[in-house]
Parts: sequence; C-alpha cells; structure tokens
Amino acid sequence: MEKKLPTIEIVEKYCKGCHICVEFCPTKVLEMKGFVVAVKNLEACIKCMQCELRCPDFAIKVTP
Amino acid sequence: MAFDYDKYIRPGKLPHIWCPGCGHGIVMKGLIRAMDSLNLKKEDTCIVSGIGCASRLPGYIDCCTLHTAHGRAAAFATGVKMAKPEMNVILCGGDGDGTAIGGNHFIHACRRNINMTYIIMNNYIYGMTGGQFSPCTPTGAKASTTPYGNPDPGFDIAKLAIGAGATFVARGTAYHAAQIDKLIAEAIQHKGFSVVEILDDCPTTYGRRNKYRSVIDMMNRLKEVAVPVKAAEKMTAEQLEGKVLTGVLHKVEKPEYTEEYAKVIQRAQAAK
Ligand SMILES: Cc1ncc(C[n+]2csc(CCOP(=O)(O)OP(=O)(O)O)c2C)c(N)n1
Ligand code: SF4
Ligand code: SF4
Ligand code: SF4
Ligand SMILES: [Mg+2]
Repeated sequence: MEKKLPTIEIVEKYCKGCHICVEFCPTKVLEMKGFVVAVKNLEACIKCMQCELRCPDFAIKVTP
Repeated sequence: MAFDYDKYIRPGKLPHIWCPGCGHGIVMKGLIRAMDSLNLKKEDTCIVSGIGCASRLPGYIDCCTLHTAHGRAAAFATGVKMAKPEMNVILCGGDGDGTAIGGNHFIHACRRNINMTYIIMNNYIYGMTGGQFSPCTPTGAKASTTPYGNPDPGFDIAKLAIGAGATFVARGTAYHAAQIDKLIAEAIQHKGFSVVEILDDCPTTYGRRNKYRSVIDMMNRLKEVAVPVKAAEKMTAEQLEGKVLTGVLHKVEKPEYTEEYAKVIQRAQAAK
C-alpha cells in the first residue's frame, strides 16, 4: 500500500524564522529558506504534529 | 486535520507582537486547544490579564476579554466571577505581573479558592520593559537591573500557590507544547482556584544576557530541566538536583468562594 503523504502548509506571512520547528522535527523534514521555513523532505514526515504544536506563530499546519 | 486556530483568533490580529521564538504564542495556542476541547462558548468565557508581554494574550482571542492594570488581573477577574459565577474566568499574565506588583492579589485569590484558572507564563524576567529582574529570576542570573548577577533567590510559583491555598496547581513548559492544553483543560474543570505555571522563554531580554545563544538553547533547557511528577517518584534526590517537576502537582477539594458567598447572601436575606 502506498504511504499517504501529509500536507504541510507554511503561512509565510506569519513565520518569524525562530527555527523551533526545524530544530525539533524528529526526522528533519524542514529547513530554513532565508528568513522563513520551508519543507525539504516531505517523505520523511512521521506526522507527529510537533512542529505545528510548537510553532509560536500559527505559521505551520500539518494535515496528516 | 491541522488544528483550526482561526475560529478563536480575532480577525486581522495575526501576526502577534511577540518576538521570534517567544513561548507566549505556544501557551496561547495551548489555551485555545483547551477551550476547544471543553467546548467553551465565547460568550461564557472571559480571559483577564494584567500588563506585560504575556498579558497581551487576551487581545488575540475572540471571547470576552479584559486587559487590566499591572498586577491586577486577579482583582478584576474576581469581580467578573462574583457578578457572573456561571462564567468561565481565565486569568493570564507573566511572572512579573503575577508575583511582583500582583503578588498580593495572587495569594489572596489562592486563599479564597474562587473558581477561576490562572495561567502564569514564567520567563523569569520583565520582558516587556527590557529585562529587569523579577521575583522569579534565578539566583546569579543577569538582568538589566542585576548586571553582576541576581543575589535574590527566585520564587517557586507552584509552591507559592499551594502554600497560599490554591486547590489545583500544575506546571508545564513551552517546550512540552502537547501537554499545555491538557493541563489547562484539567485546571478549568477543577472547581476552585487553579494555577497553571508554564515555564517559558524570553530570548530577547533574558536569553541573550544569560548565555543562551538562541531560542533553541532556551527550549533545550526547558526540555532538560522538566521531570514529570510520576517519573520523579522513582528518582533519587541527587538525580532531581536542578530539575523542575511538571504535571499536576497538587489537587484537593475545598469549599469554593462564589458558593460560600451565595450562602452568606441567603443568611443575610433570612435574617431580614
Ligand atoms: C503600575 C505599573 N508599574 C510598572 C509598569 C511597567 N511594566 C510593564 S510590563 C512590566 C513587567 C512585565 O513582566 P511580566 O509580567 O513577567 O511579563 P513579560 O513581559 O515578561 O511577559 C512592568 C514592570 C506598568 N505598566 N504599570
Ligand atoms: S509533523 Fe513531525 S515529522 Fe512531520 S514535519 Fe512536523 S515535526 Fe517533522
Ligand atoms: S516554529 Fe513557526 S515561526 Fe518558527 S520557524 Fe517554524 S514556522 Fe516559522
Ligand atoms: S520581550 Fe521577551 S517576553 Fe516580550 S515578546 Fe519578546 S521574547 Fe516575549
Ligand atoms: Mg516575565
């Protein structure tokens, strides 16, 4: 069965580039692109939701 | 599904004013999830704060809100609760607001055991005014007013609340984001005065003075010092050195103030 990939939405106008989501993602899905976050490796996402929970700025939304 | 925070945020209010990596936003999101899990209605819920960065929180949430005077959230909130005992009253603010200028209001709200929930965001500093030390600043830490290190011991907010008579006391951290809503929801459901201390970070005025190179350093510190109460039971005093307990620390039943006050009204009317 094919693995269903999550959707990760970045709200760029809210992201303040604090690095929290990038640093604490257990599988290193995210990276910084300039001052805002970007998805680097969606396949690695284990849908733990920690990035969404920890983002202080409502800037990252994960739909598993 | 991603959690829909938008329905609880006042239109046009984001992005919020907090600095990059400030934990206050993480706490606000936890409060919103707690409100959602309990199905609290906007018109039946009032969030009351004092002054400070943490106290800006009610401005963002779409429900009844009061942004009051420095340290006075508990006084205003008590007024709201006495006038409308059926209202869910939630207080929030910082360590400075709650334990310095507002320390007296805080301990007396605990003593009264009035059915409200107080979320106190402890970043160990007066963030808003540029990093003066607060009663929670640890010994030795640097603040704009203690450039050679703070000689005072810091308050333990949870112990202060328990000592003053709060009937529910819990502690979490901004790093442990998934736990915040659960602690707040349990606190709101508790009948009596409940206190939820969230260990927080202020990278802008505390972090940079105290050798935290980044927000991540501060988050890692929260991750390392926190020990869940259950895990602590199996640890030695030595292992617990420098650690901070998290989870529900105290929960007891005692007469609740608005109910006791209703009895006073009945007695007074009967005596007429
Ligand atoms: C009566 C009064 N005194 C002093 C101030 C200045 N003041 C504003 S916020 C603040 C401290 C806030 O610290 P805290 O409650 O810890 O919130 P933080 O900014 O750290 O989130 C002070 C002293 C004020 N606004 N009003
Ligand atoms: S949901 Fe978990 S694994 Fe996926 S990007 Fe977020 S933190 Fe990483
Ligand atoms: S945690 Fe939020 S604000 Fe910080 S970098 Fe990630 S998306 Fe941006
Ligand atoms: S000064 Fe500190 S407490 Fe205030 S918003 Fe910035 S990081 Fe947060
Ligand atoms: Mg503070």
